[in-house]
Amino acid sequence: MPDTLLFAMEATLNGLTAGVMYALVALGFVLIFKASGIFNFAQGVMALFAALTLVGLQSGQIPFAHLINAIFGTRVHHFGWNMPTFLAIPATVLVMIGLAVLVERFILKHLVNQEPIILFMATIGLAYFLEGVGDIMWGAEVKALDVGLPKGMSDTVDTLTYNWFGYGFYIDRLELWAAGIAAILVASLTIFSQYTKQGRALRAVADDHQAALSVGISLRFIWVLTWSIAGIVALVAGIMWGSKSGVQFSLSLIALKALPVLILGGFTSIPGAIVGGLIIGVGEKLFDFFMSPIIGGATENWFAYMLALVFLLFRPQGLFGERIIERV
Amino acid sequence: MLYREAGDFKTSYVADSQTFPIRFDRYGYYFLLGFAFLVMPLVINDYWANAIVVPFLIYTIAALGLNILIGYCGQLSLGTGAFMAVGAYGCYKLMTAFPELNIIIVIVFAGFITASVGVLFGLPSLRIKGFYLAVATLAAQFFLIWLFTRTAWFYNYSPTGMISAPTREVFGFPVTGPRASAVSMYMICLCFLVVCAWLARNLTRGSLGRQWMAIRDMDIAAEIIGVNPLMAKLTAFAVSSFFIGIAGALLFAVYLGAAEAGEAFGIDKSFLVLFMVIIGGLGSIFGAFAGAFFLIVGPVLLKLLLVNGLGWPTDLAAHLEIMIIGALILVFLILEPHGIAALWRTIKEKLRLWPFPY
Repeated sequence: MPDTLLFAMEATLNGLTAGVMYALVALGFVLIFKASGIFNFAQGVMALFAALTLVGLQSGQIPFAHLINAIFGTRVHHFGWNMPTFLAIPATVLVMIGLAVLVERFILKHLVNQEPIILFMATIGLAYFLEGVGDIMWGAEVKALDVGLPKGMSDTVDTLTYNWFGYGFYIDRLELWAAGIAAILVASLTIFSQYTKQGRALRAVADDHQAALSVGISLRFIWVLTWSIAGIVALVAGIMWGSKSGVQFSLSLIALKALPVLILGGFTSIPGAIVGGLIIGVGEKLFDFFMSPIIGGATENWFAYMLALVFLLFRPQGLFGERIIERV
Repeated sequence: MLYREAGDFKTSYVADSQTFPIRFDRYGYYFLLGFAFLVMPLVINDYWANAIVVPFLIYTIAALGLNILIGYCGQLSLGTGAFMAVGAYGCYKLMTAFPELNIIIVIVFAGFITASVGVLFGLPSLRIKGFYLAVATLAAQFFLIWLFTRTAWFYNYSPTGMISAPTREVFGFPVTGPRASAVSMYMICLCFLVVCAWLARNLTRGSLGRQWMAIRDMDIAAEIIGVNPLMAKLTAFAVSSFFIGIAGALLFAVYLGAAEAGEAFGIDKSFLVLFMVIIGGLGSIFGAFAGAFFLIVGPVLLKLLLVNGLGWPTDLAAHLEIMIIGALILVFLILEPHGIAALWRTIKEKLRLWPFPY
């Protein structure tokens, strides 16, 4: 087999695993968009915030230590204990649920019936606010996140592909795990929304707000619920990205990458988010692989957006989105 | 009492339709112009010019431009940073290619270049709107910045990848480059701002501005009453990008002196100008001034208070600043969606009736 083909196949595989990561972020967007029609720009920052909180809890950091030190002239920084991961993750989930309650209480409640674009800008404000809070609470330096997931090259894939093609593919074990966890997450979300009472209420609200209200579903509860679920999805995405490349600000920029993913997959479709993420991941890697010798590297920065732009011109509702679309 | 129209009789249509029909307003405006042109140049020093005044003037031009697009025409754009970069690189290429050309003409041409790029990226707005358009402009943001950092021709093959402004003079005073004084930097930015604000004000209350507002309020209805959406949207993109390009050219040539696309014109610049427009007031010329003033002066004051006053570390102050800006956006969107401009309108209304409640 020619080398170029093998390299392209490896790039495709790497793209697939990267795409899973994009899909994870996009998933949170879709959940909130379906339930409340809000395009939540803060999803990426929520992932960052969740990961920061997890690391902070694990290493026993004192929240707002920096601020406390500045105000009172003290020198506190750590509680002096390490929280085990199986405790820290539920604690972070609780924090994310608390965040959802606060967001509903202080922001969404007051913005009912506003235009979507106003709500979108509000979530940009929320993103900035959360970013500032996260930095003040836990410090802004790059942190290593370790929840005990395996890392490094996957030997199984390496030997397997070596036996098949005579060339071992490099796949990070973490990304294989990420794919598995994403699959479990999607499956459990599907089960939740199909077979539980709250899940059905969620779908009812997504279908028609007013009809849902009239049969006695509390909209405010549903909003808290969706933002909590989105917070948990953000936590999962934060853990994956954080274990891969450290918990740092660039994590929140993946929120922007999720935008083209959504355009490809459709704003209201969970399978769409997955497929869109995979297409963007693979497309990015392959485009960079074939085009970087010709037009220079780092095309990953813009390829996704350009693809989305082209897509918009031909199929504005996305691959799986609802047909109704505001067009001019 | 302070602020009233009683006794202010208009005897011609021209007088009736002037920008500031109330005498108190008009004199206030003349006073401000006089102050800006006659008093400020005498008292301005390097610190004031660099920390507050010049960035305020430049960002006001950018906010005016973005306000035309978002506030008047209702098209969300997240590509402001990249369009500023187009202005900056256009200015740089023209400055180095035609050293004889007057810098003012160069900056205006940079504006025209940006306008044409803006129209190009505004084309998708004919089919899509809302978030979808936001993604299209994000594509512009990332693609253009990538182009400027990867294509050596744009920065004249300089080894650092930076562009730096050579010295250019207006009436014998250097306005760009290291020898530019605070006064000349201030004056050139002020002149551009006054012309841009005058243009924006008169465009938005003319036929073109009404077309934009019709498209913003309801595009289908606008089309039915005979507004051409193609023309209205593309002119909005062109005019908006023209202003933003001028702001970018001034930011690079006059204020920064040297710039690198990814660092000086990243996505954070897009958000900064967007926040100025939201906080200042969507669809208001005064709002662009107020928003830019608020977001330029606010952080400086905060830093003075926290770092110099209380002795807090700088990074903490920076994080608090981000947090406060985010919170302010939320507060304004919830309590006063039309921004500082609407607050100002309420104050004017109160002043008009003062000391009576109604």
